[in-house]
Amino acid sequence: MALELKMPALSPTMEEGTLAKWLVKEGDEVHSGDVIAEIETDKATMEFEAVDEGTIGKILVPEGTENVKVGEVIATMAGEGGEAPAPAPAHEAPAQPAVEQKAAESEAPEPSPTATAHRAEIEHQFHNKGPARDPEVPEGTAMKTVTVREALRDAMAEEMRRDERVFVMGEEVAQYQGAYKVTQGLLDEFGPKRVIDTPITEYGFAGIGSGAAMGGLRPIVEFMTFNFAMQAIDHIVNSAGKTNYMSGGQMRCPIVFRGPNGAASRVGAQHSQNYGPWYASVPGLIVIAPYDAADAKGLLKAAIRSEDPVVFLENELVYGRTFDIPDLDDHVLPIGKARVVKPGKDVTIVSYSIGVGLSLEAAEKLVVEGIDAEVIDLRTLRPLDKATVLESLAKTNRMIVAEEGWPTCSISSEIIAIAMEEGFDHLDAPVLRVTDEDVPLPYAANLEALALIDSDRIVAAAKKVCYRG
Amino acid sequence: MANGSDGTGQAGHNRPALSFHVPEPKFRPGDAVDFSDLKITQAGAQARPDETCPAIDTAPLANDLIRVLGEDNRAHGPWDPKLDPDTLRRMLSVMALTRAFDERMYRGQRQGKTSFYMKCTGEEATSVAAAMALAADDMVFPSYRQQGILLARGYPLIEMINQIYSNRGDKLKGRQLPIMYSSRAHSFFTISGNLATQTPQAVGWAMASAMRGDSRIAATWVGEGSTAEGDFHAACLFATVYNAPVILNVVNNQWAISSFSGFAGGERATFAARGVGYGIASLRVDGNDALACYAAEQWAANRARANAGPTLIEHFSYRAEGHSTSDDPSQYRSAQERSEWPLGDPVMRLKNHLIAMGEWDEERQEKLDLDSAEQVKAATKEAEKNGILGHGLHHPFHTMFEDVFEELPWHLEEQAAQAIREREIKWPAA
Repeated sequence: MALELKMPALSPTMEEGTLAKWLVKEGDEVHSGDVIAEIETDKATMEFEAVDEGTIGKILVPEGTENVKVGEVIATMAGEGGEAPAPAPAHEAPAQPAVEQKAAESEAPEPSPTATAHRAEIEHQFHNKGPARDPEVPEGTAMKTVTVREALRDAMAEEMRRDERVFVMGEEVAQYQGAYKVTQGLLDEFGPKRVIDTPITEYGFAGIGSGAAMGGLRPIVEFMTFNFAMQAIDHIVNSAGKTNYMSGGQMRCPIVFRGPNGAASRVGAQHSQNYGPWYASVPGLIVIAPYDAADAKGLLKAAIRSEDPVVFLENELVYGRTFDIPDLDDHVLPIGKARVVKPGKDVTIVSYSIGVGLSLEAAEKLVVEGIDAEVIDLRTLRPLDKATVLESLAKTNRMIVAEEGWPTCSISSEIIAIAMEEGFDHLDAPVLRVTDEDVPLPYAANLEALALIDSDRIVAAAKKVCYRG
Repeated sequence: MANGSDGTGQAGHNRPALSFHVPEPKFRPGDAVDFSDLKITQAGAQARPDETCPAIDTAPLANDLIRVLGEDNRAHGPWDPKLDPDTLRRMLSVMALTRAFDERMYRGQRQGKTSFYMKCTGEEATSVAAAMALAADDMVFPSYRQQGILLARGYPLIEMINQIYSNRGDKLKGRQLPIMYSSRAHSFFTISGNLATQTPQAVGWAMASAMRGDSRIAATWVGEGSTAEGDFHAACLFATVYNAPVILNVVNNQWAISSFSGFAGGERATFAARGVGYGIASLRVDGNDALACYAAEQWAANRARANAGPTLIEHFSYRAEGHSTSDDPSQYRSAQERSEWPLGDPVMRLKNHLIAMGEWDEERQEKLDLDSAEQVKAATKEAEKNGILGHGLHHPFHTMFEDVFEELPWHLEEQAAQAIREREIKWPAA
């Protein structure tokens, strides 16, 4: 059998090189390990060795040739058994995609009818069903009033009672009951082996938590705030987020990274950032950013039960707000589903986290202007529920995005892209984004207020897309 | 006021100047090599404390060098694991297989069958002997140079080659760089391209095992260069704080690509000594002495299983080949280093030990080497039927979208359908 000797890649990035010297000639017998040629790149000179035994047939690329592409046939060789060298093929271009496709499918067939049927099924699902809906709350269910802080604590406590693999770790989560008291009472109920105080190293306990998740537990890692999790981002993105994929589906990392995110009050530039867009850009992570207590509880419970790593973004300013929440034994909500918080017909305001409160405030002000706004809470940032967004756009034909965060490469940018790509025909005005100013957040109260999003700015943008500004 | 670059014009310019230190390896290309200043200890002369001793009792061993195999090829002293000849022959054969595997894969890369490969030549004992001292289901979090662990655990060669070729047989579905193996069934965690992330993960896994009341321990391997990463220090801290049942193996092969161990702090202290400061039991062993590697790992495993805490082991060895297929070591270090390395070659030393015991001979060694090469060759041929890099024998295209999440979300299913449709339109003949 004739073997083709191809221009080797000496490094993953090498695309071409110089065939500096042939150390064999046509007709020479070579053995495994013999040096056949010297190859040069801008970085190094390397020896090209024979892997198999045989006789050199035709040398196709003469020595001294520069810019020889990796993978180009440089010589032929008769293999073991001593068959005659094959006739010299012409210089061969790297495999074309068509050839690759053919080879791939001949080996791993994917018959067209199946693919078509599959596609139809997806389209059906997308257009008619979309992502899962919230479960119906049974009629007559009592409501109770709780803070977001309590809702989050209750979610953790319920899941810890339900599944002994669930535990919480982080700075000050046990004895101190949490820097923002979100873990209040957990140490008393579950003890120090399931509510674990850690050394002050976010990088360390993000890695420890990832390892514990790989080891079969269900860690909830609390960051005192997500501002401190920047040093932990390598474990969140590169380890937790990619383990399932990189192991070919063998290994899982079911972990929840949670804590307050976004600007609080008077904590300055380093402690006032929204990481929603950062994490939402990463395949493999689920990113949740709820607003009210019922969503906080239902989604945190879903996050803890998820087999995927979840980044759960809370908001310090919202912790103390009270909301009605259905008094159910097991209130779990679907991940990846937005919610229409207030229906309306004139303009859609898309938001998440603390922005939802501001949007509702804006919607109230807009009533006075005679504008009936629909407010959508995205709740989950990845995967993003674009169906709900597009449905609303089809109804109102006007949209703005309100986001407590920077404008560039934001969730707003993403929503606008979706509206352009899939909702263009429904748009009666450009989609506008209302965000924080594009500066590190100042400390001084007056400057801080000027830099942050507020309901008046949302009102102004809504009026503008309604051509009422 | 004019300030000259020499400091003239600045107050105090004539004070004694500070000097700046940049570590420099002893030998560069072309230099004659002299390792006589390396302190090579007498085999068998190191004390072996009880496995449950206080961590501080191991402090002298962190600055010593535990050795078992002597110049006479005999096993000496309290660290001799006293393994039976069959076990020793098995150890030798796995090490020989590892070497044969490296040889062929390296040449395969030179032929363009894959883009990248990393040999572990000269360091086989640090993974093979160490892995044999662990239980088969103890979880390992290796770095990229521990292919010996997979071979010791009986992972099929063809699976390794399929992964390296990224072909349709690749269990990792073409998603990982060559040699970044992963096998849940062999308790072998996915190798990370980001250095040292596996160290806190191993500690976390071990803590989880303890929390669950399991009996399995964890072990991790990291190069001496990567101990500079914050991960390693966080791992040491958590291991000691929570008394994790974990073994932190530091393979000191002297070189991190072209940076010698001095750039990771090796000029000032041993790598084992880092454990002492954390209150972790710390051992420094001759990494080219398979029996010493086995004995140290076994000591640490017993300690972890007895809930006596973590152990840091520095395997003092030498990287006999380049860092990977992408670098040329003759450009940055003396070629003589390998031949002059005073701790010899781990395969040769174990072979000579078996011969000295009367349990082996040169003919059998020759046959072993030949058989190993043939075994690798046969596996390679078999794997090549599944394709080599760039030859198009891939997994079905749809798999690219799988395993991003536990369940395929609708938005990825939609992307997959669109991508497949576009391929059908662009290349209808396919």
